[in-house]
Amino acid sequence: MKTITYRDALKEALVEEMERDDAVFLMGEDIAEYGGAYKVTDGLFQEFGKDRIRNTPISEAAIIGTALGAAVTGMRPVAELMYIDFTAVGMDQIVNQVAKIRYMVGGQLDVPLVIRTQGGAGRSSAAQHAQSLEAWFVHIPGLLVVMPSTPYDAKGLLKTAIRDDNPIMFIEHKLLYTEEGEIPDEEYTIPLGVADVKREGEDITILATSRMVLNALIAADTLAAEGISAEVIDPRTLMPLDKDSILDSVKKTNRLLIAHEAVGRAGFGAEIAALVVREAFDYLDAPIERVAAAPVPVPFAPVMENFVIPNADQIADAARKLVRYEI
Amino acid sequence: MSKPSKDQMLYMYRKMLEIRQFEEAAGTLYQSGQLPGFLHLYIGEEATAVGVCAHLQDDDYITSTHRGHGHLIAKGGKRDRMMAELFARTTGYCKGKGGSMHIADKETGILGANGVVGAGIPLAAGAGLSAKLRGTQQVAVSFFGDGATNQGVFHETLNLAAVWELPVIFVCENNRFGMGTPQREHQRVEDIAAVRAPAYDMPGITVDGNDVLKVYAAVDEAVTRAREGGGPTLLNCDTYRFRGHHIGDPGTSYRDREEVQEQERQRDPIRRLAAVLIEEEGMTQDELSALETELANELEAALEFAKSSPEPLPEDALNDLYAGSIQP
Ligand SMILES: Cc1ncc(C[n+]2csc(CCOP(=O)(O)OP(=O)(O)O)c2C)c(N)n1
Ligand SMILES: [Mg+2]
Repeated sequence: MKTITYRDALKEALVEEMERDDAVFLMGEDIAEYGGAYKVTDGLFQEFGKDRIRNTPISEAAIIGTALGAAVTGMRPVAELMYIDFTAVGMDQIVNQVAKIRYMVGGQLDVPLVIRTQGGAGRSSAAQHAQSLEAWFVHIPGLLVVMPSTPYDAKGLLKTAIRDDNPIMFIEHKLLYTEEGEIPDEEYTIPLGVADVKREGEDITILATSRMVLNALIAADTLAAEGISAEVIDPRTLMPLDKDSILDSVKKTNRLLIAHEAVGRAGFGAEIAALVVREAFDYLDAPIERVAAAPVPVPFAPVMENFVIPNADQIADAARKLVRYEI
Repeated sequence: MSKPSKDQMLYMYRKMLEIRQFEEAAGTLYQSGQLPGFLHLYIGEEATAVGVCAHLQDDDYITSTHRGHGHLIAKGGKRDRMMAELFARTTGYCKGKGGSMHIADKETGILGANGVVGAGIPLAAGAGLSAKLRGTQQVAVSFFGDGATNQGVFHETLNLAAVWELPVIFVCENNRFGMGTPQREHQRVEDIAAVRAPAYDMPGITVDGNDVLKVYAAVDEAVTRAREGGGPTLLNCDTYRFRGHHIGDPGTSYRDREEVQEQERQRDPIRRLAAVLIEEEGMTQDELSALETELANELEAALEFAKSSPEPLPEDALNDLYAGSIQP
């Protein structure tokens, strides 16, 4: 085991996969000498050269479309979009081309393409650099969506994503890059569609994604001191979704709280709630609750940003209410 | 300027006829209610697809458009499997999942027609990038219309392809209309190559897109440059759509009938090549007619194949979305 940051875990995955397979290459804005806006690819161009670590013009649609063209003709591109907010600029290519080409052509073409991007608030990046837009992509048939919350998950899932023959939105979180965690010294991968129970508990399930997993774990500590045993489960991949693990957890605890950083309205949590109501209705001892961002653009002022984005206290509060809920 | 051999000319004549026949048959079938969906006919523009694709190998790539049948046939797509796709049958190129606007054929490098105007352009750049990274001599061609050159992705991709010196030929089919809007109402430039190619520092060529020999000659240069690592070219083919934008559009509310008739009389690419074959290559009208009959019979067989092919099962809708074991 070794301790590593989320950023370096991602970099290790990229390096290992590029060393393993010549078809893997990276493209994106300022990923070479600059090292990427969040420095994930820092130094890679020295090792792999600028043919495989390709700086692109600031042209999101062309980045995605070109990566797609390369993906269907024998390459395995990892395209970086600097902020998930900018996927909107390349949305036709993601939604109408990348997601659908395999289906439209009757399965003739595989799309081994990873779109690496990052989202999330917490740095006063304001409304156009801090969104959590994962639900957009989960909604589109044809795309897979991965959201790692730890260095271990980031590395193992990125390696798997690069080897997979489907197009994958790989969504990182800007506040997680400096987080540290343990990973094995030897090589490993993590399959898609397998949730991870980050903490076991008996009284309530807290399903959280991306950075909210960290907040959920803090909340679980607080709750434990009060005698409430919370289970924290991280789906890790939103599509494919490990429904069984989620349902097993809820059937055990009989209560479900969902925490994500995206706005609640039509968010991913609604999908989870619908799943659990349909498949585990009889097990529920309380309504399903969601903790999510307020339905406003992410504001700049730190006090307002903190107000809008869910924190550990809000998660703990919501959990307490559910545990005390009387039928 | 390269002049094709007589055999090459005959090949191109044949391909143009294949396209014309296919389109006429598809139009008739559609109008009699036998085909679902959209249908955008390529009639009148055959010389562009054929003159370009005559230079391509099976492993070269093309991306196409909503008006794609001509590109596909020119690149080696088979009329029976295309027709089966129009009929939404399991033997169609997309097993009935795509239809006219999404036909692709991996074997012949056809990366797909496209329902979104301009969207295939970066795909071709990506195929070119792939060829370059893999160190092959393959080239990629993107076909698109005059209307598509107003899309951001056109500009983004030409710029990117120029910067990366990709082996791509961007072929604008300027048929003078984007749907019902004449070119002068949708852009200030008329000669798209002369104005827009220099903007991205790439060679631009404008040719009479209804003269297959001129297209052939111009593309020769562009393909050679691409294969030799000389980067992309923007080719502007001046052509004309003889029919409406799609089969439901008579094509007369935004242009004069006389203009269309004049174009058909003066600029039919098939008749023009027939004249060259007869006057300069010593062929007879009878020989050309015999070829036409042969191809018409082949098309009959293609139609028979399509009509007698099975329809997909409703639940086949759930297949082909993901590689591997992932379920929708
Ligand atoms: C992004 C997008 N906008 C609008 C349309 C509707 N549409 C389909 S074809 C077309 C005209 C395209 O003109 P052009 O690129 O010149 O091609 P042509 O039809 O003349 O071959 C339009 C507006 C579309 N399919 N995609
Ligand atoms: Mg046009």
